[in-house]
Amino acid sequence: MFHREAGIYKTSYAADMALYPLPVARWAVAGFAVLFLGVLPLAVHEYYLTIVNLISIAIVGALGLNILVGYTGQISIGHAAFMSVGAYTAANLAVRLDLPFWITLPAGGLMAAAIGTLVGIPSLRIKGLYLAIATLAAQLIIEWTINHVEWISGGVQASIEVPRPELFGYVIKSQTQLYFFLMFFVVLAIIATQNLIRSRIGRAFIAIRDQDIAAEIIGINIFRYKLYAFAISSFYAGVTGVLYTYFLGIANYEQFQIVVSIDYLAMIIIGGLGSILGSIFGAIFVTLLPIVLRLVMEDFGSLIFSEADLRNIIPNLRLIVFGALIIFFLIVEPEGLNRLWRNIRSYFRVWPFSY
Amino acid sequence: MRPVSALLAAGTFGAGLLALASTAAAQTKEIVIGMQCDRTGATQTVGVNLCPGYHDYIKLVNSKGGVEGFKINAIEIDHEYKVPPSVEAYERQKKDGAVLISLYGTPHTQALTQKLTEDKIPGTSPGFGTAAAANGQKYPYIFPIAATYWSQMTAAVKFAKDNLGGNLKGKKIAYLFYDNPAGKEPMPLLEDLQKSEGFQLRTFAVPPPGVEMGAQVLDIAQRYRADFVISHLFGRSPSVSIKELKRVGFPLSKVVGFVWAAAEADIDAAGGWSVAEGYNAIQFAGVGSDYPVLKEIVEMYKKEGKAAPKEMASTVYYNRGVLQAAIHLEAIRNAVKAKGGAKPTGEDVKKGFEQIKNFTLGGLVPPMEITAKDHEGGGWVQIFQAKGGKWVKRTDWFRAYPEILQKHLQG
Repeated sequence: MFHREAGIYKTSYAADMALYPLPVARWAVAGFAVLFLGVLPLAVHEYYLTIVNLISIAIVGALGLNILVGYTGQISIGHAAFMSVGAYTAANLAVRLDLPFWITLPAGGLMAAAIGTLVGIPSLRIKGLYLAIATLAAQLIIEWTINHVEWISGGVQASIEVPRPELFGYVIKSQTQLYFFLMFFVVLAIIATQNLIRSRIGRAFIAIRDQDIAAEIIGINIFRYKLYAFAISSFYAGVTGVLYTYFLGIANYEQFQIVVSIDYLAMIIIGGLGSILGSIFGAIFVTLLPIVLRLVMEDFGSLIFSEADLRNIIPNLRLIVFGALIIFFLIVEPEGLNRLWRNIRSYFRVWPFSY
Repeated sequence: MRPVSALLAAGTFGAGLLALASTAAAQTKEIVIGMQCDRTGATQTVGVNLCPGYHDYIKLVNSKGGVEGFKINAIEIDHEYKVPPSVEAYERQKKDGAVLISLYGTPHTQALTQKLTEDKIPGTSPGFGTAAAANGQKYPYIFPIAATYWSQMTAAVKFAKDNLGGNLKGKKIAYLFYDNPAGKEPMPLLEDLQKSEGFQLRTFAVPPPGVEMGAQVLDIAQRYRADFVISHLFGRSPSVSIKELKRVGFPLSKVVGFVWAAAEADIDAAGGWSVAEGYNAIQFAGVGSDYPVLKEIVEMYKKEGKAAPKEMASTVYYNRGVLQAAIHLEAIRNAVKAKGGAKPTGEDVKKGFEQIKNFTLGGLVPPMEITAKDHEGGGWVQIFQAKGGKWVKRTDWFRAYPEILQKHLQG
């Protein structure tokens, strides 16, 4: 339909390797840029940007986890802990050494990558559920350490207040300002992931996921690439933690508990394992759906229930509907929202013809 | 991102916007309070009783004409005890024009502290949050409005002292606490008090989720042989502690629990009042149904032809909800008066809080006095004992060791 693929001839290597080979894709990206960088922040109330901000943070984390789980086929239920490593590294650097965010942010990511690599070592010997338990152990150990080592956590409260990020003397504090701040990193994370997956490293990850023995036979150093996967994925997690810390203005250990790890796993499973778009869909689904559900129920619930009952019903019903929708979408398309989207697209590709 | 993926994402987002845009706009003669609550998350046992108490008091005031002619609209948002939804809820409440945020939960309070200060909207954290926030000069927009964990600790030690014959020298005190930041927060004060009072101290951490503490309790009762136990637990763990202490034969009258180990629900979960007989608990709001304001609420429901809400039976949490709402409305009343009847802003309500004085609501609220320096209002508590099937008042409102509290608040 609106997808024209005929007449695209690639005459150079550069054209063949372009991130968006189709003109329509390039136009769509440009349209997106205008929508998200120009129209949206001007058109809507700051509150809606808050929601986008929460989604933005989730997208970076989900992309990172998807590199590990979706592309390399390893599993981690310790990702929230890696986020806390990033968060506390950045918070300590920002408070003690007074460093700006463009140093603390990569530093947080690198520290998380280092810890993540360490945690990834068992993946060389164990797989699947066993690896899940090993990463669970990492989650618990890191949580405990941050809770108890005051040198890291900054006191019994285990929370460190962080000054707002500053760029050339311009303080980023309102939700609109944070929106642009976060959007920059989301775009960076998406482009970086797209390129990573197309590179030698990305292909090695996919080979390991599909069949690790075969990958080893064709010359992929499994030891190295599995650790790469853990390092890169933890780097994303660390950056997510730092972004979250700057978003709130505080690093707090209770915000990175195991539930958060599970939430992120839920995002990539609902969105689609091994796909960038899936990570984005998943992050949007898990973050946005509860909010939309509540707003819908607030508007229509008062038609049926009394006010006092409604206050009790909304939060509970929201959980039930949210759970039911997850099951519904996974039954409709076990491979996630991304696959659902691709099915829709391939239908319209030849529409109105069947084949 | 693929071409048409744009459309779907935009579509999802657009649907969200439509739903959001339809929320009601605020009216003119109305003051909005942003109420955050947890009815479905980790601390739901608190929320399901506390939040109705809050709304019932507001309903009562509105039925009598509101605050100085303004109707109060408390927008409740449930955040499941998760931080991101709480941030989202805050922004929504701010958009709806809230001049006061009723926070709920320690991590949530900390996450919103900086935002509240930047936006000049006061937030309250009764019985949780950061104890240091009692210092109004350091945290201008956070109001604990009830005894913090630090004040509770000084009160607990004072209570232990009175209970052990007025002298703690050489006595053995055990601190049984939930191993999280909130559980550890009062520890520095306890160590200071240990030095000044000369008692022995051992701390016993209960790791989350806190349903297994057989070893710690056995240690307290039979190895350490404590004279007094101060317990600071949350959720399911208070009931477990009562049950376990009872099982090893430790006298429950020598145990005092902090404010989140103090509800009827904890006693029920421990196996009923006969098991918990003698257990002491710290309260920052009045307990029981014998307060004029509660009778007014029952009357209000009767006039509507309805029975009193079932949440009222859980007096500990319900009354805390009433206390919270009452202090909020008192602050708003002060703010409206100071503005000569005009609609107050967040800044005005902050000043309104700092004028609260002589407001006891028939004994349900302590004789607090909130000032620009002291956002806690003095840190008053009462201690109640489980006796004969209900909470019986053991002490009147009191506070203890102000000099040690001051030292930590300034530090």
